[in-house]
Amino acid sequence: MVRLLEAIKGHLKALARPLAESLFALFIGLLIGAGLMLVFGYNPINGYISMLKGFGIFIREGFFDNTEALEALATAVPLMLTAITFTVGMRAGLFNIGAEGQVYMGAVAAAWIGGHFVLPAGLHLLAATAFAMLIGAAWALLPAILKIGAGVHEVISTIMLNWVAFFHVPYLVINRFAGVWAERTAAIEPTARYPILGASLTAVIFVALAACVVVYILLWRTRAGYELRLVGDNPDAARYAGISIRRVILYSFIIGGLAAGLAGASQVIGRPLLGWTLPATLGTVYGLGFWGIGIAVVGRNHPIGGIFAALLFGGMLNGAKFMEYDWRISSELVVAIQGAIVVALAVPALLAMSGRGVRRLPAWLRRKKD
Amino acid sequence: MITLEEIVFTLTIFALGLSFIEFIDAFKTKILQALAWLRRKKILGPTISLVAVLVFILYLMWAHDLLRVEIFEYTKKALTENWKALILSTSLLATPLILAAVGECINERAGLFNIGLEGIFFLTVVIGVRGAEIIGSGVAGLLVGLLTGALIGFIFSVLSVYVRANQLVLGMGINLFAMGMLAYLLMSIWAFPGIHSVHPRLHIPKIAGYFTPVFFVALVAAILAHILLHKTLFGIRIRAAGEKPEAVDVAGVRIDRIRILTCTVGAALCGLGGAFFSLGWFGEIVKEMAVGMGFIALACVVVAGLEPLLALAIAFIFGFVRALADWVATMPGINAVLPGAFYIMHMVPFLVTLLVVTIFIGRRRFPRALGKPYIRE
Repeated sequence: MVRLLEAIKGHLKALARPLAESLFALFIGLLIGAGLMLVFGYNPINGYISMLKGFGIFIREGFFDNTEALEALATAVPLMLTAITFTVGMRAGLFNIGAEGQVYMGAVAAAWIGGHFVLPAGLHLLAATAFAMLIGAAWALLPAILKIGAGVHEVISTIMLNWVAFFHVPYLVINRFAGVWAERTAAIEPTARYPILGASLTAVIFVALAACVVVYILLWRTRAGYELRLVGDNPDAARYAGISIRRVILYSFIIGGLAAGLAGASQVIGRPLLGWTLPATLGTVYGLGFWGIGIAVVGRNHPIGGIFAALLFGGMLNGAKFMEYDWRISSELVVAIQGAIVVALAVPALLAMSGRGVRRLPAWLRRKKD
Repeated sequence: MITLEEIVFTLTIFALGLSFIEFIDAFKTKILQALAWLRRKKILGPTISLVAVLVFILYLMWAHDLLRVEIFEYTKKALTENWKALILSTSLLATPLILAAVGECINERAGLFNIGLEGIFFLTVVIGVRGAEIIGSGVAGLLVGLLTGALIGFIFSVLSVYVRANQLVLGMGINLFAMGMLAYLLMSIWAFPGIHSVHPRLHIPKIAGYFTPVFFVALVAAILAHILLHKTLFGIRIRAAGEKPEAVDVAGVRIDRIRILTCTVGAALCGLGGAFFSLGWFGEIVKEMAVGMGFIALACVVVAGLEPLLALAIAFIFGFVRALADWVATMPGINAVLPGAFYIMHMVPFLVTLLVVTIFIGRRRFPRALGKPYIRE
């Protein structure tokens, strides 16, 4: 019992620092958001109270709204998955920002299987999900091959593939998979829809949470995961230990692609958006991959941390619409706040300051000078 | 309902597959020899990568139903019928690309890797117009865009040089921030979502009704950047700062100052390009106006291998393809015949970049210290 308590204490201690850093960055982000609201004549306190409605917390009205809380969860589902894409890449020392394109491909793949095939109920759902994940992984394969074979930096190849997908998927939607409306895919068959739990939240959240846990176990409880993290932490040591860096790169891209493909599917067959369709404008999936980067950074490149960061940002994104209803504050401010959080988290020294206390700031500045 | 056509198609595919297996079987030793030769020459990996990219492009062509003869006919038609209008819109499209790409060339030569170009575009598109409206002059708006870009570049470089921020995360953070800010600023300044038209008085006038003067500014910037990098002592220092910062440091040159200066100048050029979007080209702000252009500029930089003059040429080519895409999209009848052409043309810059990085990655050298913070010992 004492040993267990000790172990928990140790875990909490290890957790305290990254948590403090993330909270500090969140604080900076919210501060910048408040500053932006002040500059343009909005009241930040009103704004943030409205944003809390997105979590279901209605302070002024004095009640808790289950529907909004469920909506926040539904918004968080794809985000925790795209965060995994970036997380697994970062853990292997890769800056994999290809989630955006893989999400589009996963979404259109799910829309194809879900809307154009007739299959028995359970199988249809399974087939659509699995195919979306596979297509996501296939889209991630090319950067992996280029990295392994020709040493092409993954930032370049994934950015290019994101934009190829950005123009490829609308074509597929309009010319191949359109349904009743010209600019949307055919509606997903009822057999391929995840059952709705409430608001726009469906059972896909369990799949997403399971994916996060599986990735956590894979990374921290298996040999392959250990090798992957070693390559990220210390490539030289990994090479001397005889670890195949090529295999690690391949695996990390494929795991990332699977997660991003699932994220795309979750927006099409796992959420009743636009009557279970994918629009050619990509409005329901655009930005998920980019935001996933921010979520992963806030979640400190940990799949479980990513869940909490996604929940936080899901609530904020959902609350943004209330800022717009109540005070006409553009809902996109939340994206800007997230960008500011990412910028804050990109600066390790800034975070070190939050850990060590601002008291040491003068000494730190003096040391920098010489 | 299975038609005869489909049966024939399936059988053909089947026969092709069988003959492929036969082919491999017959030439097994030859193929193994070829693979061994590639491995000996240390180009097995690049060859496989190149094949993968080509297969990928073929897939896209097939998926977009473009493996046909008509495409040449239509391209010829587009090129011959309306080339004057095409050149004009190319000069407009290429201007922000050239500015951003040239700036990023200088910046990356010194060792900082800024993937926030798209974000700088997004921010300066709005701030440039706001500046122009406050001061009351379009040219001043361009300058405001330039200064905004410079400020972002300055912050970026200070954070990367002094506090060793992760440059890639920082760049993506800037992109995210700008993505939100564009819509937020549009709404909070002009209280209208997504679009704002600029007063005609503030537009940058066009020379002889065609070319925009900013295009010539971009040309001059590219030439000056080439001279700076290759003909001056300071250019040698910039290149050395990206290649071997320790050596430059030992020689008594301040790496930090060089990197901050180049990053600021590079982002300033990008900011000028961003302000040009709304003031010199569209005459309005649309939320989606600059989407993807920052990344095309990044593609230009990569394809050009950090050579400003080459970046100028590549930017012109990519701008031309995009202009052609927009023109093809509005060509009568083409959407019925070749519906995928418009989308493929938009992909060209990205596909070309993939091809070029795969082919030239061994021969095209990037600065060794690119993206790595310099830590003084």
